[in-house]
Amino acid sequence: MRIYVCVKQVPDTSGKVAVNENGTLDRASMATIINPDDMSAMEAALRIKDETGCQVTAVTMGPPPAEGMLRELIAMGADDGVLISGREFGGSDTFATSQIVAGALSHLGVGEEDIIFCGRQAIDGDTAQVGPQIAEKLNLPQVTYAAAIEKDGKVLKVRRLLEDGYMTVEVQTPCLITCVKELNEPRYMTVKGILECYKKPVAVLDFEALKDEPLIDLDTIGLKGSPTNIFRSFTPPQKGAGQMLAGSPQEMVNELAGQLAAKHVI
Amino acid sequence: MILSREHELMRKNFRNFAETEFTTEIQEELDRNGGFNWEVWEKIARYGFAGTKIPVEYGGQGGDYLAYALMNEEFSRVCPVLAIYANTPNSLGGGPLLACGNEEQLKKYLTPAAKGEKHIVFALTEPGAGSDPGSMTTKATPDGDYYILNGRKCFISGAPIADYAIVYARTNPALRGAKGISMFIVDMHLEGVSCGKPEPKMGISGYPTSDIVFDNVRVHKDDLLGPLDRGYAVAMKTLDGGRLGVAAQSLGIAQGALEEAVSYAKERKQFGKPISYNQGVSFMLADMATEIEAARNLIYSAAQAKDSDAKDASIQCSMAKYYASEMANRVCGKAIQIHGGYGFIKEYKVERLYRDARVMTLYEGTSQVQQIVISRSLLK
Repeated sequence: MRIYVCVKQVPDTSGKVAVNENGTLDRASMATIINPDDMSAMEAALRIKDETGCQVTAVTMGPPPAEGMLRELIAMGADDGVLISGREFGGSDTFATSQIVAGALSHLGVGEEDIIFCGRQAIDGDTAQVGPQIAEKLNLPQVTYAAAIEKDGKVLKVRRLLEDGYMTVEVQTPCLITCVKELNEPRYMTVKGILECYKKPVAVLDFEALKDEPLIDLDTIGLKGSPTNIFRSFTPPQKGAGQMLAGSPQEMVNELAGQLAAKHVI
Repeated sequence: MILSREHELMRKNFRNFAETEFTTEIQEELDRNGGFNWEVWEKIARYGFAGTKIPVEYGGQGGDYLAYALMNEEFSRVCPVLAIYANTPNSLGGGPLLACGNEEQLKKYLTPAAKGEKHIVFALTEPGAGSDPGSMTTKATPDGDYYILNGRKCFISGAPIADYAIVYARTNPALRGAKGISMFIVDMHLEGVSCGKPEPKMGISGYPTSDIVFDNVRVHKDDLLGPLDRGYAVAMKTLDGGRLGVAAQSLGIAQGALEEAVSYAKERKQFGKPISYNQGVSFMLADMATEIEAARNLIYSAAQAKDSDAKDASIQCSMAKYYASEMANRVCGKAIQIHGGYGFIKEYKVERLYRDARVMTLYEGTSQVQQIVISRSLLK
């Protein structure tokens, strides 16, 4: 049994945010972190590893420095890493990225008992599309927004965190699950893990290795092949400060109704 | 000094752990009320930090002295007292065991200490014997398979929470000075062992310090650690590593104080501009940063000397401890000066760092003892 955890290196949005002329993020000039939801996905995988002793592989697509992130995940407890990296893949949108990652996972082999974990969404694009698209391309069942996971053999019982409540779903392996940060508290690296992490294997899958994968359509990958074009990037204007009403419930309702009527909302 | 990628990653991890787990609430609570925070301890243990420098075969993480120094630096940058939690089993607690424990002793005592399952502390100092071992009065008298231990140790860090203590006692009254002293591993739950009340301290409140009294304590001869009558030489060897730890704690404290001072100097406005625009303030910051960087290089270099078993490693550790601890006191003083009156108020972190820094020139050998060690190596 093997668990693949798909992770993304993202700009640290708590620092400076820089944008290129074409509207894409200027990633080179920004500090990077491991996408927070992906850390929850890794922790979910490591907890299953703690119980079952299965293999955990961290998979990412990105430029060569993304290897550093894979080493950190190995220091946390992953067994190995896979770096999907090539100039031809650069600038891919979610449609292109999910094709390439699905192609790479298919190349590595997804077995009957295997699970693919992804974070819900990345803090840079906030699309939440790549995980579900990978599942579709691999023709696997998917469960999104996992906030609790129980594993019993080949069956996973997943509690999905929705805006207005929870939904519990059972799914059988092989499957893909996207995780939210409420799922768990990711562990830290250990000194022992760090001392070993550069000795464990990190495979690089480049364009040559993946170009013949049936799931990858060479016309729809990279910046040119991506169907998404960024029209404009901007910082949305700050919302005005809210207004707190005071008084008894009846007084507050009267005040609120009066204000809404004055704005012709009601 | 350029660190290896592994050491860089360790620094990042130590920093992330400290910044996330050592919350301001925990720090302030410990400073106010003393005691011991078992929740933080449990996390330190879970991630193996209690065994950073202890070999993997004895439950540790297999890190080197540089890893150990980085841990002390980064933990102290956020909270010096919580750095001591992780430091003790790696240095004074585990050090003597690692230096001369037999296989059975290592398995029985070092492994649980490295995993954070048991607390082990170092009991050398006595009311009348600090730097001078010759005045030690705690004695151990043989009695069949046992030694009978009598005496009093004082200022023992961690004593109130300890499961085991490495205790130094005179076994041969005929020998003088440092000779005739042996080490014992004493189970703190044995009959006749008792601790005094935790001492209220100027700083590093939150790691309890007290006396330990031994009243006819029967210690099995299997718990004699290292050679009979020659335990003090081992103590001195252990203190090297401990001194490096204190040096790194001092470095972390100074770094933390500098960061507080920089951000305050940029924020605080007087006469219509941030006080950092005044050379009197900005030059103080420059001096602080320069001294910190000098100490950092001295400490990392001493750590590497220890890791490579260099001949002068011991002297380098003394120099690092002497310089870094004095430096931390200077830097914390300046950090308070930059804060003005606010630096005197407990709400500001520099006030606590200033008090925490004070012990650094005192424990594990005062600055003057380090000067003796350093000068003797020059004049011998």
